[in-house]
Amino acid sequence: MKTLVYIDHFKGTVQPASWEALGVAKEFGDAVAVILGSGVEEMANTAFEMGANRVLVADSAGLADYRAEPYASTLAAIATSQQADLVLLPTTTRTREIAAMAAIELNTGVLVDLVGLSLEGDRLVGLRPIYEGKLAEKVACSGKPVIATLRARAFPRPERNTSHTGQPTPVGAKTDSATEILGYEVAEQALSVSDASVVVSGGRGTSNNPTLTPPAGLDEKQAEIWRAHEGFKLIGGLAAVLGAAVGASRAAVDGGYVPYSHQVGQTGKVIAPDLYIACGISGAIQHIVGIRSAKLVVAINKDADAPIFKVARYGVVGDLFQIVPALAEAFKKKLGK
Amino acid sequence: MKIVVCVKQVPDSEAKISASGDKISWGDAALVINPFDEYAVEGALLQKEAGGGTVTAMCLGPEAGRDALKHALAMGADEAILISDPALSALDTQGAAQILAAAVKKISGVDILLFGRQTLDDGSGLTAAQTASVLGWPMLGFVGHIQAEAGAVQVSRVIEEGRQTARAPLQVVMSIVQSIGEPRYPSFMGIRKASKATIPVWTLADLGVSAPAQYVSRLELVTPPSREVTCDIVTGDNAEAIASTLADKILA
Repeated sequence: MKTLVYIDHFKGTVQPASWEALGVAKEFGDAVAVILGSGVEEMANTAFEMGANRVLVADSAGLADYRAEPYASTLAAIATSQQADLVLLPTTTRTREIAAMAAIELNTGVLVDLVGLSLEGDRLVGLRPIYEGKLAEKVACSGKPVIATLRARAFPRPERNTSHTGQPTPVGAKTDSATEILGYEVAEQALSVSDASVVVSGGRGTSNNPTLTPPAGLDEKQAEIWRAHEGFKLIGGLAAVLGAAVGASRAAVDGGYVPYSHQVGQTGKVIAPDLYIACGISGAIQHIVGIRSAKLVVAINKDADAPIFKVARYGVVGDLFQIVPALAEAFKKKLGK
Repeated sequence: MKIVVCVKQVPDSEAKISASGDKISWGDAALVINPFDEYAVEGALLQKEAGGGTVTAMCLGPEAGRDALKHALAMGADEAILISDPALSALDTQGAAQILAAAVKKISGVDILLFGRQTLDDGSGLTAAQTASVLGWPMLGFVGHIQAEAGAVQVSRVIEEGRQTARAPLQVVMSIVQSIGEPRYPSFMGIRKASKATIPVWTLADLGVSAPAQYVSRLELVTPPSREVTCDIVTGDNAEAIASTLADKILA
């Protein structure tokens, strides 16, 4: 089977789930990485090291910024010229659009956000969660190529082999777009909790640091909020390292620690991040419901009996004021930041 | 400015969902307007307030979709259209996009077509971009702020890495995220208006199209194993050691 793997990136920083998609492609046979952008040689080298048999590069100033139409059209044209059987993409905000629009151009369908993909006979069958993960469905696509996006961390990441090298093959770019990109802003809370793939949340526990002395002249409530802001600085520090959104429990927003927009576990607002880190959150029922679709839940709380540990895969019974900054440092080292 | 916003009716997120054979059941749980679509309706109403015009809510689906449309009317939409046809029982997102695009053409003169970022049920998040593709209009996804200009919109898009500011000419398709602002509650007068509104039903014949080809099909429903999590409590000599072990486990 000939598989194209779209390597998703933001200005040269690859979404690592792209490599997981490449690993899946290799299991099916010929794995061809496709990179769109401007000045993307380094990513092409990495794609070889991650196991691509070939790397196709559409390098054009017109693709310097992601825009849905030219990216989808370029990928569709490559799929046609390469006579691909399968096009794999990691699931990201960009690739849902690219896959969706390429499918219209290619007269085929998309199997979206899969957590499983296998060959049954000569048919590709995908497994995807629906209804916020309460059910799943097996799906197939009758069009050709089959287009599928793969959920991050649902598939193993291939080992990098720095001795595997090659020469990328230039391919044509389609750059027509009515959309003009005016700029970027990487704000502190750019990503809302619903949109983020990683969420680090704080609860009432953020205001309990006994080692802090609030400035003079604050009343009890003001002092509590001051302490909580100090606590949320640590939460924010960890979130920054992980590219995560900052969330909060209802207790934390009701306490005036952070604005309501941060709240996790509000009716109708379920979040489904790949990683959820709850810091100083005991785990009231609406909070537990709100994070039900989170893939991996980690809890840090000083109370070993807190209900949050019942839904967490990993837990630390300890002081968030020590653990959270240490965890930020640990990720910095391990992620090479 | 003529704005159309697509909405859908879905089981409430508190609902217990179960499968028996090829049927999905949510017991007696309430159906609600898809929460992400409420933000899209809010976005549409904000645009109308800023620049005038009309807001039309549109729903493709069974009769239950009427309630989502009534919710949009109660929030302040001017009119509503239900697209429903027995021949549309097995639609995939590609097919839905063909039908929605045909409806937008029938409405005619539409400047802005809005969607919620995804639905709580199927949750594919594909339909907005595919409808844009069928219409040949620019697609701006994950929009958290809209500023209308003469013949164009300038938007702030919420992406993994931050925010991107982009401009596209009308006619344009957008998907809306919650940064647009909290959806307003239906007013008393809005609810009265919605309850009296007649909502036309458009069939395939009205749209002048035939049932689209289906590419993606469900083979089987799978009930995920119940989420029995054993919490692995990470310990260590000090915070640094605990953090290092925990980071390794998370990254594994």
